Amino acid sequence: MKDFQYKVMDPIGIHARPAGLLVKEAMKFGSSITLEKGGKSVDAKRIMAVMGLGVKQGEEVTVKADGADEEAAIVALRSFFQSNF
Amino acid sequence: MMKSFTGKTVFDGVAVGKILFYGKKEEVVKREKVEDTDAEISRLEEAVKDSTDQLGMLYEKALKEVGEANAAIFEIHQMMLQDEDFLDAIRNMIRTQNVNAEYATASTGDHFSQMFASMEDEYMRARAADVKDISERLIRVLARVEEKEIEGEEQVIIIAEDLAPSETVQLDKSKVLAFVTRLGSSNSHTAILARTMNIPALIGVEIDPEWDGKMGAVDGAKATLYLEPDESTLEMIAQKKRRQDEYKKMLLELKGKETVAPDGRKINLYANIGNIGDAGSALYNDAEGIGLFRSEFLYLEKDHYPTEEEQFQAYKAVAETMAGKKVIIRTLDIGADKQVDYFEMEKEENPAMGYRAIRICLDRTHIFKTQLRALFRASAYGNISIMYPMIISVQEVQQIKQIVDEVTLELSQQGIAFKKVEQGIMIETPAAAMISDLLAKEVDFFSIGTNDLTQYTLAIDRQNPKLDAIYDPHHEAVLRLIELVVQNGHKEGIWVGICGELAADTALTERFLEMGIDELSVSPTFILGVRKAVRECNRQQADNK
Repeated sequence: MKDFQYKVMDPIGIHARPAGLLVKEAMKFGSSITLEKGGKSVDAKRIMAVMGLGVKQGEEVTVKADGADEEAAIVALRSFFQSNF
Repeated sequence: MMKSFTGKTVFDGVAVGKILFYGKKEEVVKREKVEDTDAEISRLEEAVKDSTDQLGMLYEKALKEVGEANAAIFEIHQMMLQDEDFLDAIRNMIRTQNVNAEYATASTGDHFSQMFASMEDEYMRARAADVKDISERLIRVLARVEEKEIEGEEQVIIIAEDLAPSETVQLDKSKVLAFVTRLGSSNSHTAILARTMNIPALIGVEIDPEWDGKMGAVDGAKATLYLEPDESTLEMIAQKKRRQDEYKKMLLELKGKETVAPDGRKINLYANIGNIGDAGSALYNDAEGIGLFRSEFLYLEKDHYPTEEEQFQAYKAVAETMAGKKVIIRTLDIGADKQVDYFEMEKEENPAMGYRAIRICLDRTHIFKTQLRALFRASAYGNISIMYPMIISVQEVQQIKQIVDEVTLELSQQGIAFKKVEQGIMIETPAAAMISDLLAKEVDFFSIGTNDLTQYTLAIDRQNPKLDAIYDPHHEAVLRLIELVVQNGHKEGIWVGICGELAADTALTERFLEMGIDELSVSPTFILGVRKAVRECNRQQADNK
């Protein structure tokens, strides 16, 4: 299992369109990928759940990947977060 | 008896025609008992597949009509529709409660949309409408209800309570004369769409479904819908319509054509815009780039300084929308007639000549640096240039360059990507025009702001209506200054454009060409008029004068 923490800078947070992009990115990997905020954890491959987490600017999230390609997933997702959120 | 109803115009224009009330049929979803739940679930899977295809087609249609940024919502709808949590909930309900797929979808849709509706964040609350939109689509497909379309060949004025983005895109626009809704905002998808497609649109009108089938007339300039218009109103609208039709004809003729004079000289014809939504209108009217993106809206719309991130997103969005075309963003031009409370500026006797624009930026450098960082970061996503307003001296430009150097050094140290950015200045003070030979050595381009240049040259306050009679934008003094600036710019090998109102004045197009102007930047709706003037300008004749 690999993970990283990220503080969201985007003023609207993880809203519809970026949430969609995140799900697409997560789907590229076989590992199970979760997004956590304040003790609540959701499957990053499910858009309603990701949107439902309601991540806002300034909030910290934890991204976890667990599976065969977890290493690659974390690298890709970290750079995805940096350039989108 | 004619009646009139006033609202707010989101896109100007006129239209006369039959009114069509576009109402959602309230689907009454009945709960039915289902024995074969497996069959019901496969019926659901089929409907999900068909709905996904429908959304795919909508995406393609929107992509062509309004661009990627506005089409993206349908891709999100597709993903929401295929969301496993959403589908699992529906399947579960069918299986455990032996209910029909329509009922399970409606009930699950309600549940999910309530989850969003109860969130604190206003933006997220709006997602409740998206969930509703996709659930309704799925139910329509399940129940084999046809989507409402405009019947017949006749063009109509659409009236509705509100229009969802999917509805606006779905409508056959060749049959839509105008949109009139009761709800919606100037920034709603429908408003953006109407502007992008040049369809007259009003919001905030107290519409009544009873109007369906009656005659109506829309006058965007007056933000008014006339119900059963009388003869004189129709005549007035008809006149405006003739002008509008001429424009539309021109649009068809000139869209995609080059802005080139008969002698082969090419002008860069760009658009002036004031917010991200206008970028769509710029593209629709075939702007070759953005010559002036006023960044003030970011500051005026807020009650606090916009953060670097907020600004970055806005600049990036415009750069991406314009897809590689030039986007010239003017740094903060606040002060004078544009005041913002949180800047806490002292009251001035003469604000037009006071503490404004670059003067504020060079004094409160933290505000300026935030904006520059956002601009340089956004440069990585398109073809951005930066332009500085209200320059009067070489020292100011040098000071700016020093701050820019600090900002770019910081970005490189932090490993943040940015591109080389063309930097230019506005020439809008007589001082800048007079020393344009010196300024030209310092910058990549000049853009002449004729509104302020005229006001300062003629010493006439633009805001004073009493002086309108002597405010002469064609004053020889102003034209000579423009010519001087062009000459001085060209001597140093930089390009010179005009982004003030004068740029759209087709009585001067020929004169500008003679001067050697390289670029004209005008409001989106003037673009094709100016292109026409350039293409028809007879320079040979001018040369032989």
